[in-house]
Amino acid sequence: MKKIFDKKHISRTTTYLMVVIAYIVLTILQKTDNLGSLFSSLLVPVCCYIVAGIGLNLNVGISGELNLGQAGFMSVGAFAGIIISGLLSPIISSGVIRLIIAIITGALVAALFGYLIGIPVLKLQGDYLAIVTLAFGQIIMSLINNFYIGVDNNGIQMSFVDNKLNLGDGGRVLISGPMGANGVERISNFTMGIILVIISLIIVYNLMYSKQGRAIMAARDNRIAAESIGINISKTKMLAFVISASLAGAAGALYGLNFSTVIPTKFDFNTSILILVYVVLGGLGNMKGTIISTTLLVLLPELLRGLQTYRMIIYAVVLIMIMLVSNNDQLKNMFSKVFAKNKKGVEDVS
Amino acid sequence: MAFLSYLISGLSLGSVYAIIALGYSMVYGIAKMLNFAHGDVIMIGAYVSYFAMTLMGFPFYIALLVAVFACTILGVTIERLAYKPLRQAPSLAVLITAIGVSYFLQNGAQLLWSASAKMYPNAFGNGQIKMFNGELSISYTTIITILVCILVMICLTLFINKTKTGSAMRACSEDKGAATLMGINVNKIISITFAIGSGLAAIAAVLLCSQYPTVSPTLGSMPGIKAFTAAVFGGIGSIPGALLGGLALGIIETLTKAYISTQLSDAIVFAVLIIVLLIKPTGLLGKKISEKV
Amino acid sequence: MTMKKLLKGGLAAVMALSMYACSANSGGSSSSDGGAIKLGMSGPLSGGAAIYGQAVQRGAEIAIEEVNEAGKVKFELNAQDDEADPTKSPNAYGVLKDWGMQVSLGCVTSGAGSAVSADYQNDKIFAMTPSGSSMDVILNSATNEYYGTVFQMCFTDPNQGVASADYLSAHSDLGSKVAVIWKNDDNYSTGVHDKFVEEANKVGLEIVSDSTFNDSNDSDFSVQIKAAQDSGADILFLPIYYEPAAAILVAADQVGYKPTVFGVDGLDGILGVEGFDTSLAEGVYLLTPFSADATDEKTVNFVKKYQEKYGEIPNQFAADAYDVVYAFAKACEEGGVTADMSASDIAEIMVKQFTSMTFDGITGTGMTWAETGEVSKDPKAMVIKDGAYVGVQD
Repeated sequence: MKKIFDKKHISRTTTYLMVVIAYIVLTILQKTDNLGSLFSSLLVPVCCYIVAGIGLNLNVGISGELNLGQAGFMSVGAFAGIIISGLLSPIISSGVIRLIIAIITGALVAALFGYLIGIPVLKLQGDYLAIVTLAFGQIIMSLINNFYIGVDNNGIQMSFVDNKLNLGDGGRVLISGPMGANGVERISNFTMGIILVIISLIIVYNLMYSKQGRAIMAARDNRIAAESIGINISKTKMLAFVISASLAGAAGALYGLNFSTVIPTKFDFNTSILILVYVVLGGLGNMKGTIISTTLLVLLPELLRGLQTYRMIIYAVVLIMIMLVSNNDQLKNMFSKVFAKNKKGVEDVS
Repeated sequence: MAFLSYLISGLSLGSVYAIIALGYSMVYGIAKMLNFAHGDVIMIGAYVSYFAMTLMGFPFYIALLVAVFACTILGVTIERLAYKPLRQAPSLAVLITAIGVSYFLQNGAQLLWSASAKMYPNAFGNGQIKMFNGELSISYTTIITILVCILVMICLTLFINKTKTGSAMRACSEDKGAATLMGINVNKIISITFAIGSGLAAIAAVLLCSQYPTVSPTLGSMPGIKAFTAAVFGGIGSIPGALLGGLALGIIETLTKAYISTQLSDAIVFAVLIIVLLIKPTGLLGKKISEKV
Repeated sequence: MTMKKLLKGGLAAVMALSMYACSANSGGSSSSDGGAIKLGMSGPLSGGAAIYGQAVQRGAEIAIEEVNEAGKVKFELNAQDDEADPTKSPNAYGVLKDWGMQVSLGCVTSGAGSAVSADYQNDKIFAMTPSGSSMDVILNSATNEYYGTVFQMCFTDPNQGVASADYLSAHSDLGSKVAVIWKNDDNYSTGVHDKFVEEANKVGLEIVSDSTFNDSNDSDFSVQIKAAQDSGADILFLPIYYEPAAAILVAADQVGYKPTVFGVDGLDGILGVEGFDTSLAEGVYLLTPFSADATDEKTVNFVKKYQEKYGEIPNQFAADAYDVVYAFAKACEEGGVTADMSASDIAEIMVKQFTSMTFDGITGTGMTWAETGEVSKDPKAMVIKDGAYVGVQD
C-alpha cells in the first residue's frame, strides 16, 4: 500500500484511480438513464482516442519521434477488426469474444505494419521522419481505399483497385473500397474501452519505468551519448514505435466495431493531427494529461453545438489560445494573475 | 504524343506545387517551423482574386496584385499574432498552433463565403498552341503557369543571393544566434519571410485556380500537403530543391494518373517520396545535417 | 504545475461557456411554440459538404414556415451538424434524441445516414431522408432486411443508373460510345455508376472509357478528360454532383472536347454555381425530378422565397427537403398525429400513412412509397437550353 502512494508511483496511481472512478460514475449515470444519448454515444470513441493517444505519447513524448501517421495504424486495426469480426460472426455468436479477438487481431496487424514501416522510418530523424510517417499514413489510407473484400459460401474473395467481387450464395461484402464497411455489427462497449485504456496504461507505464524505458528516454535526450554507453538506439526506438502502433491498432478495432459504417478516409491526415493535438495539449510524456485533454477536446465540439455554424471556428480559436497561453511566458503571467485573484484561498487547500 | 502532353500538364501542375513549396521551404528554412496553414493562405488568395475579378471587375493581373497584397498582410498578421509569441516554445506547440490557424481560416472562409464552390473565371482564355500538325496542343494557361514559375524562381534566387535582406535571411537560416550578434533583426527577417511566402501563395492560388477552377474553403489543403511533400522531396529549406521537388511531384502525379491508376496516384507519389528520403535522407538537394555532440 | 492548473482552468472555463451556449440556444429551433411536433435533421453544416446540409436545412425551414402559417399542424426543426461523417452522425442523432425528436428528416448524406438507420429502427423513430439515396440507408446490408422506419424522398441510386442507361439506349441519336467519369468514394456516384454499367451491358451501350476521381483529387480532371477524348466517346456520362461536374465541363472546354453530357439529379444546380460560364453547360442532359425553372405555382413560390431569403437558387436537396416537410404535414394531418404523442406511436402512424398515401410535391407528382421505404416517382429528362432547364419532349 505504501508503495503505490510513494512519490515515484503517486502519479500512476492517481491516473488509474481517475479512470476507474470515471468508469464507475459514468456507468451509474448511464444505467440510470441520466447520461443522455449524446454522451453515451461518445463514451467508446473517447476511449479509442485515449488509447491511440497514449500510444502516440509513447512515440512522441517518451521516444521523441514526431509521428504524423497514427491514424494509419488505427485504420489498419479498425478494418482488420471489422474483417475478423465479420468472418467469425457465423461461428461465434458472442459479441464480447469476437470483440476481444478483433482487438487482438487489430493490435497484431498494426504491430506488424508498425514493424515494417519502422524499419525505413527510424533511419530518419526529425522532420524528415515526421513527413515519412505522414506519407505512410496517406499510403495506408489510399490502399484501404482501394481494397475490396467479401465472403460467400466458397470462401473469402478479395480484389484491389477495381471492385471485381463476384459474390455467390450467402455473399456478404465486408469492405467495399472507398465506401468502407457498411452494416458492421456494433459490438464495442464502454467497459471494453475502459479495460483497453487500463491495459495500455499498464503497458506504457511499465515500459517507461523499466530499463528499456530509460534507454528509450536516454536515446531521446541525447542520441550520441546514449549510443556511446552501448544502448542499441534502433532497437529501443523500434520497440516504442511498434507498441505505439499496436495500441493504435487495438483502439482502431474498438472504434471500427462501434459504428455501423466506417470509411477509410475517416483515418486521414487530419485524424492523425487531431490525436497529436490531444497528446501535445495533455503534455508530452504525461499519460494522465493525454487522458484529460483527449476527453475534453472530443467533447468540446459537441458542447459547442449550441453555437451552430460558429462552433468549428471557436474550436480553432480555443486551440490557438490554449497553445499561446500555455507556451508564452508573458501571456501565462497575465492569465495567472487574473486567475490568482479569483482563486485566492482555494490554492492553499489544494 | 499523348505522353508528351501528359508530361506538359505534369510540368504545369508541378510549377504550381513548386511555388507553394517555396513558401513552405523558406518559412521552414528561417523560422524552423512547419507552417500547416500555408495551404489555407492559398485558399484565401484564391477567394480574394476571385472577388477582385468578378465583383470588382478587375483584369486578372490587378486581381493578382490585390491577392498578393492581401495574402502578404494575412501572412504577416498570422505570424505576428499566432507564431511570434511562440518563438521560445517547443516546435510542437508551434505546429499545433499552425493547425489551429488552418482550421480557423477554413471555417472562417466557410462562414464568410459559404461552402458552395465557385467557378474561377478563365483568366487566360482558351487559346492553344498547336504543334506537330495539331497532334499536340498546349493551352496558354499551361504556358503562362510554367513561365511564371520560372520567373518567380529567378527573382527569388536573385533576391536571396544579391540583396542585403537576402543575405540576412541566409544568415538567419544558418544560425539565428550568430545572426542576432551580427546586428540582424531576426524578428523582422522572419516577418519578411512570411510576407514573401504568403505572397507566393497568392500567385500559386491564381495559377492553380486558372487550371482547376473550383474555389472552395478546402481548396488549399490537398495542394498544401502535396507541396509540403514536394519541399521535403527536394530538400526542405533549399530553393532549387523546392523547384525540383515540385516539378518532380507534379510529373509523377500526372503520369501515374494517366498510365497506372487515378485511384493510386497519391499512394505512388508518397511511396516515391519515401524511397527518395531513404536514399537521400535530407531530400534531393538538402544539406547534410551534421550532428553536434 | 501552475501551468497545468492554468490549462485545466482555461479548459474548464471554455466548457462552462459552451455549456451556457448550449442551454441558451438549443440548436437551430426555428420556432418554439407549444404544440409543435419536433422534427430532427442531421447533415453536414460545416466542412466540405456543407452546401448539401445547408440546402436541406433551408428548404425544410421554408416549408415549416409555410406549414406553421397554414396552422393545421405545427413543426419545430432542430438541425444538427454531422459533417457528413458516419462516425459523427451518431452524435448528432444523440443530440436530437436528447432533445426529444419525434419525427426526423434523417441524414442528408448516405454514408452518415446508413450509420444511424439502425438507431431509427431500434428507437422506433420515423425518418424520411430528403437526399440519402443509397440502398444502405434503408437496407441493412449485413442482414439483408429493410429498416422499416427509414424512408426516402429521393430516388435510390440503382434506380437512376438503370433509368439513365435505358434513356440513352432509347435515344441513340445522342451518341453511341459512352465515357463515364465518377467519384469512387461517394456512395451516390458509385451506386449510380455500377447499375448504369450493368444495364448498359444489357441494352448494348458501348462504354469506351471509365475513370474515377475522389475527394482528395477533385480539382484536376485533365487526365480523365483526355482519356475520354482519346477513346472517341461522344457521350460523357457524369453520375456526380454539380460542383465537380462544372469543373469537368471547364476542363473539357479547355481541350476543345465537346461530347453530349448526360447526368442524373446530382447535376441539377450546375447553372447556379457562382462564376460558372453557363454556356459550357449548353446541351447538357439530365434526368432529374426537380427543376428550379419549372413554371408550376408551387415551384415558383418555393424558388422565389428561397431566393429572397438566401440569395441563391435552390438545388434539388432543398427541394427534396421542402417536399419531405410537406409530406410529413400531410401524413400527420391525415393520420391525426399530435405533438403530445410519443415518437414510436407517431412512427407507426407515419409508416401506415406513407405506404398508403399519394403525394404531390415539387419533385414529382403522384409519389407513392413501398414498405421498404423506397419512393416511386418519375424522373424527367431535362436539357439545358439558353441557360435554363427545359423539359425534353419525347
